[in-house]
Amino acid sequence: MTNKIVFGSYVPVKSILHRLDPRIKLIMCIAFVILIFFVNSWLTGLWLFLALLLAIKLSNVAVKQYWQGIKPLFLIILITVAFQILFSSGGKTYWHWGIMAITYDGLINSLIIFYRFIVIITASTVLTATTPTFQIADALAWIMKPLKIIKVPVNQITLMLSIALRFVPTIMDETSKIMKAQRARGMNFNDGNILTRIKHLVPILIPLFVNSFKRAEELATAMEARGYDPNAVRTHYRQLTWHSRDAWAGLGLIIVVIGLFSIRIFF
Amino acid sequence: MAGIKVRNITFKYPDSKAPVLKNISFNVEPASWTAIIGHNGSGKSTLARLIDGLLIPTAGSIEIDGIRVSEATLGIIHQQIGFVFQNPENQFVGATVADDVAFGLENRQVLPEKMEKKINDALEMVGMLKYKDVEPINLSGGQKQRVALAGILALMPKIIILDEATSMLDPLARKEILTLLKRLRDEQGISIISITHDLDEIELADNIIVINDAQIVKQGAAADVLKNEKLLTEIGVGIPVSQRLQLLLATRGINLPNRYLNLEELKNWLSQQLQ
Repeated sequence: MTNKIVFGSYVPVKSILHRLDPRIKLIMCIAFVILIFFVNSWLTGLWLFLALLLAIKLSNVAVKQYWQGIKPLFLIILITVAFQILFSSGGKTYWHWGIMAITYDGLINSLIIFYRFIVIITASTVLTATTPTFQIADALAWIMKPLKIIKVPVNQITLMLSIALRFVPTIMDETSKIMKAQRARGMNFNDGNILTRIKHLVPILIPLFVNSFKRAEELATAMEARGYDPNAVRTHYRQLTWHSRDAWAGLGLIIVVIGLFSIRIFF
Repeated sequence: MAGIKVRNITFKYPDSKAPVLKNISFNVEPASWTAIIGHNGSGKSTLARLIDGLLIPTAGSIEIDGIRVSEATLGIIHQQIGFVFQNPENQFVGATVADDVAFGLENRQVLPEKMEKKINDALEMVGMLKYKDVEPINLSGGQKQRVALAGILALMPKIIILDEATSMLDPLARKEILTLLKRLRDEQGISIISITHDLDEIELADNIIVINDAQIVKQGAAADVLKNEKLLTEIGVGIPVSQRLQLLLATRGINLPNRYLNLEELKNWLSQQLQ
């Protein structure tokens, strides 16, 4: 297995986190992301960061691999942070030029944003690294179940989602095939300025789109032939069952929540 | 067991002028094997889709087991017919092999506790049981074709339509799958309709329908059609080995029985003569 991971891909190793029910993992991940917005001091920030480190430790995936997952997004984070620093105002001003200024509030805000970005992305990477995509889809289906009451077509949405996820590697494969085909015809993707490079994407995107539509049509026909009716009741092969370890994980989450709010109240 | 009656069907795609199929009529007997052969683009796949109700004919009627194919009966028709399509990638719905086989069962509302056995049995039949938890990206084209067939076999339909469904299998695997299908026809009375260019598959058929230019140019017992080497060459499937051998023997002035002999029969005939 290659140890290079892209953002959001599953790392097939054995760990306690891998064995947890995807539903509790999804709940924990969502809860954690919400908790991030309750961080109001160094101490609360540190508390959640420690919880995240524990999760990383338990996931049995090396920190280096997480870093490789985050790296492609790092530029976007840096740009956002830079904008925060330069364009927000308030507090003591250290430097200014035109509409740009570095202020005390700007620095604090950018620090918070930087922290939120890193922690949220890492937390969701912990989820995706320890849970195969189809399990995440199952968990989402479970979480969305209550929405059926307000007539949201939950089953259709989750089937759509799982088919979309199933075709991601197929389409990535196809992209690299098309790129190779275009290279064979003398296209050079690494040449020229940014504008030419963007132009070079067109001969990749057009066949990719055309093929995807063709695929979708064939898939729809095949699904119909196999008796799929979007409005009919379906049974589900994959059944999720709760284990005691999932309850322990839930307890862990409760401890993190109580800890966070205790720190907020008492310090 | 279910038979198919196709009566005078014509089909035209909404945006084209010439019909893809003109005035097609034939019967498929229960528990028989019918091969549909013809050039690429001759309308074979369209015909198969019409039988399964995936397309509705412009004129004419199709009956499956006495039920007329129409918008209203599609549910029942799809239950009777298992359709394996040409491109295995684009009919793979599930996240893993087992999930994909389960898809049809889920649609039929089979209870989860009963699925496991059906899935295992179907995968066992096509020799894919050990790949049960593998994701489609890690399978070859031939393996995906086997899974597609397993997805159909788990449902045990009365009719199986194969649209070039063994094209990506290696010769040995193809032979295995064809033997399996033959056994299913003999033991379970499943009717098989196969669209193919493969001579081995054609030779297994009881009946052959030859389509050219939107029309049936020949239909009949396989032995009759396979004797017609001129037609077979014309539509590009080639001449079966045994037939070629018979022709060669005939040109050397050897008197052969005037009927189609498959390889096994020819071998027996020859050894009889040599005694």
